[in-house]
Amino acid sequence: MQIKESSKIYDVIIVGSGAGGGMATKILGDAGLKVAVVEAGPFFDPKSPEQQTQLKWPYESPRRGASTVRPFGDFDSAYGGWEIEGEPYTRKNGTKFDWFRSRMLGGRTNHWGRISLRFGPDDFKKKNIDGLGDNWPIGYDDVKPYYDKVDKLIGVFGSKEGLRNDPDGFFLPAPKPRLHELFYIKGARKSNIPVIPSRMSMLTKRINEERGVCFYCGQCSRACQVYADFSSGTCLIFPAQKNGGQIDLFVNAMVREVTTNDEGKATGVSYINKEDRKEYKLKGKVVILAASACSSARILLNSKSKQHPNGLGNGSNIVGKYLHDSTGASRSAFIPDLMNRKTYNEDGVGGMHVYTPWWLDNKNLDFPRGYHIEQWGGLGMPNYGFGFNPNDLNKYLGEKVGGYGESLRTDVKKYYGSVVGVSGRGESVAMKDNYCEIDPTVVDEFGIPVLSFHYKWSDFEVKQAKHMHETFEEILHNMGGHVLQERPSKKEQYGLLAPGRIIHEVGTTRMGDDAKTSVVNQHQQLYEVDNVFIVDAGPFVSQADKNPTWTILALSWRTSDYIIEQLKQQNI
Amino acid sequence: MDRRKSIKSIILGSVAGGLAVNGCKPGKEKPLVESTVEVNEKHFGRTPKEKELIAELNAKEFFNLHEKESLGVLCNLVLPANATIGGAIEAEVPDFIEFMAKDIPEYQPTLRGGLMWLDHKSNADFQAEFKTITEIQQKEILDTLAYPDIDVPEKERPLEIQFFSLVRNLTLTGYYTSKIGIEDIGYKGNMPNVWDGVPEEVLAEYNVSYEEEWLAKCVDQSKRSIIAKWDENGNLVT
Repeated sequence: MQIKESSKIYDVIIVGSGAGGGMATKILGDAGLKVAVVEAGPFFDPKSPEQQTQLKWPYESPRRGASTVRPFGDFDSAYGGWEIEGEPYTRKNGTKFDWFRSRMLGGRTNHWGRISLRFGPDDFKKKNIDGLGDNWPIGYDDVKPYYDKVDKLIGVFGSKEGLRNDPDGFFLPAPKPRLHELFYIKGARKSNIPVIPSRMSMLTKRINEERGVCFYCGQCSRACQVYADFSSGTCLIFPAQKNGGQIDLFVNAMVREVTTNDEGKATGVSYINKEDRKEYKLKGKVVILAASACSSARILLNSKSKQHPNGLGNGSNIVGKYLHDSTGASRSAFIPDLMNRKTYNEDGVGGMHVYTPWWLDNKNLDFPRGYHIEQWGGLGMPNYGFGFNPNDLNKYLGEKVGGYGESLRTDVKKYYGSVVGVSGRGESVAMKDNYCEIDPTVVDEFGIPVLSFHYKWSDFEVKQAKHMHETFEEILHNMGGHVLQERPSKKEQYGLLAPGRIIHEVGTTRMGDDAKTSVVNQHQQLYEVDNVFIVDAGPFVSQADKNPTWTILALSWRTSDYIIEQLKQQNI
Repeated sequence: MDRRKSIKSIILGSVAGGLAVNGCKPGKEKPLVESTVEVNEKHFGRTPKEKELIAELNAKEFFNLHEKESLGVLCNLVLPANATIGGAIEAEVPDFIEFMAKDIPEYQPTLRGGLMWLDHKSNADFQAEFKTITEIQQKEILDTLAYPDIDVPEKERPLEIQFFSLVRNLTLTGYYTSKIGIEDIGYKGNMPNVWDGVPEEVLAEYNVSYEEEWLAKCVDQSKRSIIAKWDENGNLVT
């Protein structure tokens, strides 16, 4: 089969349209460069009546929003999941890593939690603190100007708190707490655990004429039709196009590899068009990978040539190594004081209005890294699963469990809004032995060799999960709650979720000052091929107890500025 | 034809009075809630492949007529209508369960086997099929299923008890995700609005309040449409 090659030469080809790819598109498009964006999934616009799930009622889905097809239910805006038909991956040696992919314009930014936290000064220099892992080659001061710009361009609500390792930004005002959040504040404070307004990227106030303001439907996971929350398509790629950017969007285009010339420099990418299942090539002066940490590693490892026999940029053998996800554990409780609630609309923004940033010093603990606490509850919209085991909670009141008829109606109303939950999201320690690599025995339906994962949590993460449960129990008791479920045992790793479940995987193409132990330099530029950059979370040296998106955006902007400068100076 | 609705600046709750609905005011002022919010009831965001799957499932039939009728009788016992609002039948719960049995095939043996168990039990005790015996007789059977020993894990309970729990779960979830059920539970959201905190009377009922210091960090909803500007230290000035 002849490979179809486009004659157009782009200034940059960006692989992937999520947070990192979107930001690069915006900055490079605005700078007047000729940009190709190559996305593996279809076009998506939450404003499109055909694609919209926002403001739908559960009965509009015949399965009432059950998660049979989409892992977070029918109304969630991620096309994909941990398992995608035709796109397998394998696991080595009992590994339990799960890999979430969202195949659509904007990628996982369409459904994510919008928790938008800056890394703090300590988060870039963890080795200095506990001797584990490595420091980043850059520090907070290098990234701060970009965090500031991201805050203003995209919008994030929060509050100025003056916390050293949770730096303040340019915040929009926060929404008022909901009832169960007021209970949480009381409960946490009783144990001297701080609570502050959450920091999330929904517009509680207008930031420009193009995007709308939040109308509090609580459905950010469905993507917002007035563009009042951050997703890459609505806030970066569409504005870049409207701004007159020379941007060609290739959708349903699955990139196979970065192509190179005799000198080993990148010349573009080859991709499979999912519609005709044929291979195509695009030519570009610069290639930017933003396909997600694992997908970008996969593309590099599959880009083998005479000049790069071990895969592109992998002379160090570091591509795919140091894969790490956030830790996660959760617990819930029944709060008798919240029974028989008067109902009112408390949808609010999609997610929590308050949260607890990491508050302890690990010096006094038996694990090295921290976690933040999220919480949930309230008078949410019923969905598949609502009303299951309708009166199991009777046992806490000494009443009979079970029955049928009118009494069930009373029970369901009695308990509506009386259960709250808390979740910890923490930092794991990046380990060289946790990695993804190519499994040469398996290809996906496009003929591209797939990834194999090798990942084991260490004692650090397990002990952290134990601490989470101790904390959760204390807070939930303080709230007057009956903690549900037993505390998971040591054998169950204290309920620590499998890596990949929190969908914050980072570190596979880490940055560093030494080409022998890292894949990219501090500008996210491949050491071995100077016209290839990586702007997803692959370059993260460590993850922090923060969600990665805001840092992906800031670093992608920083790298984009560097690319513009380098092109001007004709260095690349 | 698409039934398109434009939900215009409907709000209320605690941001009442002068702040609410100002979408009609002349001049440059923006409405508090986007007047462009639209919903198109013809779609619920399915991809082409997802649409195919739904069509495929709808084309199949799982329960036969007798099973469907028996299921209807059972659903009605689980959640009957009352004087003010419809029950499982009015909310078309049996059709929902039919769909779920095809969508999650693991349910099938329990549902089908359970319905047969009911008939067998009914034939043995009352010499007639479950759907035809009197309500008192039906309840006599249900009373043996509806109150499981909660110290026994669900999967270790007899099939007929697991069956009843499954039907009860599906009936309640089908009901409370229907139009009637949402009205019954009193869910008030899923529409554009301006959240301005828990209503005063609710705060009072639970003896909680907003602290001044916390409120100072929160949005002044009367200024939500004014474009945000900050000083160089990140203090919001608009």
